[in-house]
Amino acid sequence: MDFAFTEEQEELRAGVRTVLSSECSPDALRAFEVADEASRADLSANRWAVLAELGAPALVVPESANGLGLGDVDLVGVLEEAGYACLPEPLLETAALAAPTLAALLPEPAAAGALAALVEDDAVFAVGGIDVTPDGITSPTEATADGMLRTPRVVGARDAGLLLLACRDDESGWQLHAVPASSCTAEPAPALSATRDLSTVHWPLAADTLLAYGVAAEAAASLLAGRAAAGTAALLTGLADRMVAMAAAYAKERHQFGKPIGSFQAVKHLLADARVALEFARPAVYRAAWSLATAQPTLSHDASMAKAMASDAADRAARVALQVHGALGYTWECDLHFFLKRTWALSRAWGDAATHRRLVLAQLLDRTLG
Amino acid sequence: MDLTFSAEHEAFRAEARSWLAAHVPKEPLPSFDTAEGFEAHRAWERTMFEDRWSVVTWPVEYGGRDLGIFEWLVFEEEYYRARAPGRVSQNGVFLLAPTMLEYGTEAQKARFLPPMASGDEVWCQGWSEPDAGSDLAGIRSRASRTDGPTWILNGQKTWASRGAFADWCFGIFRTDPEAERHRGLTYFLVALDSPGVTVRPIPQIDGETGFAEIFFDNVEVPEDQILGEVGQGWSVAMATAGSERGLSLRSPARYTEAADRLVQLYAGRGGPPASADAVAQAHMDAEAYKLHTYWTATKVARGHAVGPEASANKIFWSETDIAIHTAALDLLGPEAELVGARGPGEWLDGYLFSLAGPIYAGTNEIQRNVVAERLLGLPRG
Repeated sequence: MDFAFTEEQEELRAGVRTVLSSECSPDALRAFEVADEASRADLSANRWAVLAELGAPALVVPESANGLGLGDVDLVGVLEEAGYACLPEPLLETAALAAPTLAALLPEPAAAGALAALVEDDAVFAVGGIDVTPDGITSPTEATADGMLRTPRVVGARDAGLLLLACRDDESGWQLHAVPASSCTAEPAPALSATRDLSTVHWPLAADTLLAYGVAAEAAASLLAGRAAAGTAALLTGLADRMVAMAAAYAKERHQFGKPIGSFQAVKHLLADARVALEFARPAVYRAAWSLATAQPTLSHDASMAKAMASDAADRAARVALQVHGALGYTWECDLHFFLKRTWALSRAWGDAATHRRLVLAQLLDRTLG
Repeated sequence: MDLTFSAEHEAFRAEARSWLAAHVPKEPLPSFDTAEGFEAHRAWERTMFEDRWSVVTWPVEYGGRDLGIFEWLVFEEEYYRARAPGRVSQNGVFLLAPTMLEYGTEAQKARFLPPMASGDEVWCQGWSEPDAGSDLAGIRSRASRTDGPTWILNGQKTWASRGAFADWCFGIFRTDPEAERHRGLTYFLVALDSPGVTVRPIPQIDGETGFAEIFFDNVEVPEDQILGEVGQGWSVAMATAGSERGLSLRSPARYTEAADRLVQLYAGRGGPPASADAVAQAHMDAEAYKLHTYWTATKVARGHAVGPEASANKIFWSETDIAIHTAALDLLGPEAELVGARGPGEWLDGYLFSLAGPIYAGTNEIQRNVVAERLLGLPRG
């Protein structure tokens, strides 16, 4: 039993924190938000280049495929930092979803090609076509009249070179594809947060993009959903940490009745509850990363538990941080809104807390009755 | 990072499991908050002590096995899994002992630890006073030095858990009448059969005498029954309080075992959808507490201190306990008001006990202040 990070893992996290504190500061987010499409693409490309220099996108790619050969436990701190900074680029999708999914499907040629693009060309990946429901995974991808497929709510398509997309029909079951951006059209979806990259993607079903089909694709999609739940949970604990820190800092600085508002118990207790929820969500998130890294039989339970705990902790932190900031927090001018909006999106992405509670319970009942 | 127990830990688990299977009473003992139940639990402590299971982390010379924190967690998991009796000696074993091992003299350790481990001397805690609860530093009970090597204690303590039947009491008394608040306090060990001590049991919400008031009327106590230095009582007491809120009082096994039974209850009742959320959340909270404990224990095993995180801990385990038992009572519905040592009644009993959690060991409101001030750096009010 050794439930802690190594020094190297802590250093990696600290390195990402340092880089993102300048590359992805609230001022940088503000500039990004108001930039036109071309400058936005440049800003993203620059930030991605810095992350790629740290090795973040290819962290979990095996050394045999020229990656860093690290694991999910190394990655989880990096993801928390991406959440803490409200990183607009699809690091989760590329590093935590596409990379290990593709690596597991080697030597499939389409997977090998896509993975090479990730490692050698710093390709950005978008992911879509899998939804998590209380009854398991489903695909929102639909066939359209022109013979193409349409996948809503794809994350990261704006900057992506490749899109990892899933579809399912009753006849042939699941399929998983790595589709070049050049053969897709991505139509931006009007989302609340401008730092969130959400699109509806139209894509052609082609044999040369196929990564897996049938039972293998279903297993890959199901594992990908578990990875997504666990990875999104890490983004959320990072966000919660940031929002609690911002609110605590503000509570020390803002005075009313001649005192800092943080000296009042009503304010203290709000913040303490948010801090406690975060404190106990984090070990669940770290355990899920370990379960992924070591392919534990409880992996699916552990990922769902992490997502449920982290979604609730981040939602609470968001609510408390807004309340502590008062009217200022409700303004466009205050930085808080970046983190609030990301939290509202991610707490529901890949299954909300209630969905994952049901999934946890289903696993428990299997265990208890089985 | 590795979340599996080593082969040695698993071998220890197997040994504990087989000993418990052979020795845990088949029928639940009567409540330790009754005279009869108290003695039955004392006898159980003796049974454990004889085979060195009562205090596994203590040094061998005092009756322990000198084991580490992870062995203790494994032992606790097995202990709760076996549904073994509650620890009537917990105030001594889990709260006083860690403090005594840190601050006690060799003579004190040799005198007090073995009978504590065997249940021959059961301890209660004498901290709260009628006017010093959350504001513990407001205590007024005092101790004054005599011409000889003794002190005279006067005053009143209250809410002393197990106080009705205990043999000894540990508590803090004001030794410097000029000093205010946290200063001028001293930590004393007092035999409850000393002349001048009066114990008045207080019936609890369930009618049993789980705690007591203790009156001190010119009680003479030898100076070698001071733990730590004269005037340093507050910092010594805070070490005990850290144990109470932190790792040692409430091992996660207590909650994971109850949560497992809750899931069985839920399955046995056909999995009513109305309870699904609450049952899943209770299970997750119990498991999150376990994971957090492994996290903290790894730090402790590496020689780091626990610190103010103990306050976050106490808020979480006390609320988790209530959540588990509320979910169970909701599943029981109209049966929830039945009493009994097994069956529906044990959930009601556990529920009543859980409701005390946010109150004892420093109310959760006080713990929230500690979290806000010491973990988040907010100014004192």
